[in-house]
Amino acid sequence: MTPLWDWGYAFSILPRLLEALLVTIQITVLGSLVALVLGLVIAVVRRARIPVVDQLVWAFVEFVRSTPLLVQVFFLYYVLPHVGIVLSAFAVGVIGLGVHYATYTSEVYRAGIDAVPVGQWEAAAALSLPRSRVWTGVILPQAVPRVLPALGNYVISMFKEVPLLLAVSVVEVVNTAKEISSETFRPTEPYTIAGLLFLLLSYPASILVRRLERRSVAV
Amino acid sequence: MIVFDGVEKRFGDRTVLSDLNFSVQPGEHVTLIGPSGSGKTTILRLLMCLESIDAGTISVGGSYLSHMEKGGKLVPADERHSRQVRKRIGMVFQQFNLFPNMTVRGNLTEAPTRVLGLSRDEATARAKELLDLVGLADKLDEHPSRLSGGQQQRVAIARALAMRPSVLLLDEVTSALDPELVAGVLALLRDIGRSTDITILCVTHEMGFARDFSDRVMMFDGGRVIEQAPPAELFTEPREPRTREFLSALLSRG
Repeated sequence: MTPLWDWGYAFSILPRLLEALLVTIQITVLGSLVALVLGLVIAVVRRARIPVVDQLVWAFVEFVRSTPLLVQVFFLYYVLPHVGIVLSAFAVGVIGLGVHYATYTSEVYRAGIDAVPVGQWEAAAALSLPRSRVWTGVILPQAVPRVLPALGNYVISMFKEVPLLLAVSVVEVVNTAKEISSETFRPTEPYTIAGLLFLLLSYPASILVRRLERRSVAV
Repeated sequence: MIVFDGVEKRFGDRTVLSDLNFSVQPGEHVTLIGPSGSGKTTILRLLMCLESIDAGTISVGGSYLSHMEKGGKLVPADERHSRQVRKRIGMVFQQFNLFPNMTVRGNLTEAPTRVLGLSRDEATARAKELLDLVGLADKLDEHPSRLSGGQQQRVAIARALAMRPSVLLLDEVTSALDPELVAGVLALLRDIGRSTDITILCVTHEMGFARDFSDRVMMFDGGRVIEQAPPAELFTEPREPRTREFLSALLSRG
């Protein structure tokens, strides 16, 4: 009878899983970039209350938030090619995750912007600062630092959502574990290692976020 | 310098200012007094374009603030026009409203460089001059959070002056200060009043200050000017019963 856990086997599959982890990290980093930038744009556009644009953005945000990420990913991967837009599975992962989470980070930014005292807007207006400078020089430098922990938490969530992309065959960690186990009929080691790899990165990251939180409370 | 002509301001169905007419001469110091909710602060906020008016016109230095001329007709001002006229107006707030993400230097040079187009060096030189004037020469690179309320308000005054305004609006600038810090800020304002020709419009509850600082005091009630006179006259022999009531209430409060 084979033992439940075989160290030799575990070490033999580790390189493949680490390679896949690199893909997971790449998607997380690029997806976060999309989520952090697009979320900020959404928050600022909505705050500017430009008629029509505001409603369109609102509808888009509500739509994205009310439908499952999986459906959005399938849509990007299988439907867009019919209108001539062909994206790689990797690109679908980055865009799908990024846009989905942008609708959440936009809410975080909004809360941060709302927390800036109205007197700051008024002082900026009294000095005739141009609109763009009011945002970049006065409002965002105060709003963003206090929401960094919340944004950090979303980045960690995104990291843990990457395995969902196995649905469109992205070669990330869990997909690779699945492949290995179906090749060798030994699921214990690949899935355990996959889980541990996530734990190894998420846990320190969440400690980092908690430390950020404490610091921003102290400020 | 400032002309309010038939100005009306409503918040929802509450009329805050109705058919308000007054003007302020260049270099004049005018204090607005009256019970809270009488519309004094609203006047300052209208001048700062923080609120819009519902009827009438406001002009500053000969150009319309609330409106602009377009094809021979008066139309409501757009943001660019308002900003242009507003550049001549500085405001100091009750809560200072310094930018906490910048040093004192940043607070004082931000608008001069971004709006007036001064170079960094010019703006810093002016910032140093103004800090000297307000007695905080050693605080150039301090963060606002490390300053006392009185010091913050002095920086806020310097920040407004850095824009070389021809009109300065003071909105209860000592109301948020600890009592022992009030005198210093008021002394500074007296100093500025004496040494410059800036037109000053001031809302305050400091009647002693209003008396020796202003050329004219306007008493507001229910969104109207019910009485106006030089301070010596208004404080000693107010004509309107409402003014008398208000002043005696203030005095009995101490």
